[in-house]
Amino acid sequence: MSNAVEQVLKPKLAVEIAGLKLKNPIMPASGTFGYGEEYSPYIDLNQLGAIVTKGMSLNPKAGNNTPRICETVSGMLNAIGLQNVGVDAFIKDKMAFLSQYDTPVIVNFFGNTQEEYGEVAARLDDVPGVAALEMNISCPNVKHGGIVFGTDPQAAAAVVTSVRKRTTKPLIVKLTPNVTDIQILARATEEAGADALSLINTLTGMAVDIKTRKPRLANTIGGLSGPAIRPVAVRLVHQVVQAVKVPVIGIGGITCAADALEFLIVGAKAVQVGTANFVNPDAMATIIADLEKFCVEEGIADINDLIGTLEL
Amino acid sequence: MQDLKTIVLSNQEISPGYYRMKILASGYSESAKPGQFVMLRVQRSFTPLLRRPFGVFQVGFIPADCDTLPPKEFIELVYKVVGGGTETMRELQSGDAVELLGPLGSGFTADASIAEKILVGGGIGLVPLYMLATELVKTSKVSLFVGGRTRDDIITISEFERLGVNVSVATEDGSLGETGFVTRLLEQRLEEPHQTEVFACGPMPMLDAVQKICATSEVSLQVSLEALMACGVGACLGCVVKGEGHTINEPRYLCSCTSGPVFNAESLDWNKTEAIKMVGGGK
Repeated sequence: MSNAVEQVLKPKLAVEIAGLKLKNPIMPASGTFGYGEEYSPYIDLNQLGAIVTKGMSLNPKAGNNTPRICETVSGMLNAIGLQNVGVDAFIKDKMAFLSQYDTPVIVNFFGNTQEEYGEVAARLDDVPGVAALEMNISCPNVKHGGIVFGTDPQAAAAVVTSVRKRTTKPLIVKLTPNVTDIQILARATEEAGADALSLINTLTGMAVDIKTRKPRLANTIGGLSGPAIRPVAVRLVHQVVQAVKVPVIGIGGITCAADALEFLIVGAKAVQVGTANFVNPDAMATIIADLEKFCVEEGIADINDLIGTLEL
Repeated sequence: MQDLKTIVLSNQEISPGYYRMKILASGYSESAKPGQFVMLRVQRSFTPLLRRPFGVFQVGFIPADCDTLPPKEFIELVYKVVGGGTETMRELQSGDAVELLGPLGSGFTADASIAEKILVGGGIGLVPLYMLATELVKTSKVSLFVGGRTRDDIITISEFERLGVNVSVATEDGSLGETGFVTRLLEQRLEEPHQTEVFACGPMPMLDAVQKICATSEVSLQVSLEALMACGVGACLGCVVKGEGHTINEPRYLCSCTSGPVFNAESLDWNKTEAIKMVGGGK
């Protein structure tokens, strides 16, 4: 009896994804949290379930012209273009900082070609402190790689198969919502060796300046993120959970614990918080605290008891 | 750097469409440097979604409501209503909650060996120059060249004058001061070669012209850039500008938020300024 009371007073938030033990199901979405260091003055990185880095490529990448961002209704469009320091500089300059924390580091990465994907994964494979890899086959903002692989089931399976051969780390594949049937892509990547799937990346979008009649982004088209996309994301996570056996990480417009709970209830094992970090640097800390409160209030001793409990 | 949940102390219209807002901000009189900025969140809902960057106009103390309490430490912002975010701001009243992330970014750095300083401000770009002027007047002779479309765009100049700054005005319609662009005033001043240092903030075409004038006269220039930002802390990479020597193969993008907003002019790539697209005063 006393044991049960204690459990509910301090609910268990820990989850496990592909062998990766997370203190709680909350982590940042790649590209919204820099290399972790940028947000360390505002949030204790030890609190997080995991840290997910900016996407890494084989060579440093310049990114797109400006303007790169614009605000839309309850959301924002971005076309950053995967600007990053390159995988070697990341390992040399950024990992030491991240390794200080008792939080698993998930390195997001991408390539222009199948070979490049494999090479980046191989270079990260023996780096101490890298807990898992998240493979981006879904960026809408670059001409090569990214979404080219993410929208064609054969291409997606082929690139995942080739990366799978080059890494022993848990491999998370990040899916795009910009497809007709996401379940086909989810199954294809699962069969090719993904240990987990994360979704959604941004929805492609566009905005126009009515005075200049120019697109509001230099890249014309960008990726929509923020609260506006959440219902779409919840729907897609729900569909993917039905289609695969591997764990799913839900992403899309999460700003508070209630938003995160929607994803967990439909079956996501963990969630990523993106645009909300820009608005509130400590958004994830608040979400973790409020998740715990919710579990106490609802008498849920272990968050795993809540995951995938959608009533249909 | 801190994320302060605080309140508005005052919010007043000072010229059509221009407002000044004092916000309770403990610690800022010590921590904020001229040229730095804050990311302001004006309400809890997600419309507008993102915080807006604002240059710090000044920091200081105002007396408390009763004698036994310590004075209130404040930060003051001056803003122009240009879009959804600033429309929401203009509605705020004393006591309303806001969130203040900052102070952020690099500030201006004055060279103590140069006795004369010139400030060049265009419209709302004048804002970060005021806090700088409060510092510079302690040791230097300071001139301000300020420009705007019309007299309504020339704001807070009496405060510069009260500091002892020599103010010259240019408006495009001639409604106040000289008729034409503010850059003409700078050009005239620099016709005779003399030792000075220029600090400028304003629209990109103005900064572009100021850069050319200063480069020709071999005068050192620092510019404060205004850019669209999502985070303000170097994570989103939305606010980048091209640095000196930038090429496709060797990109040198600098974040306006962490490497700037104040840059030495020579550290930027002025050859391709069409790519450094600026937006109006903190939409």
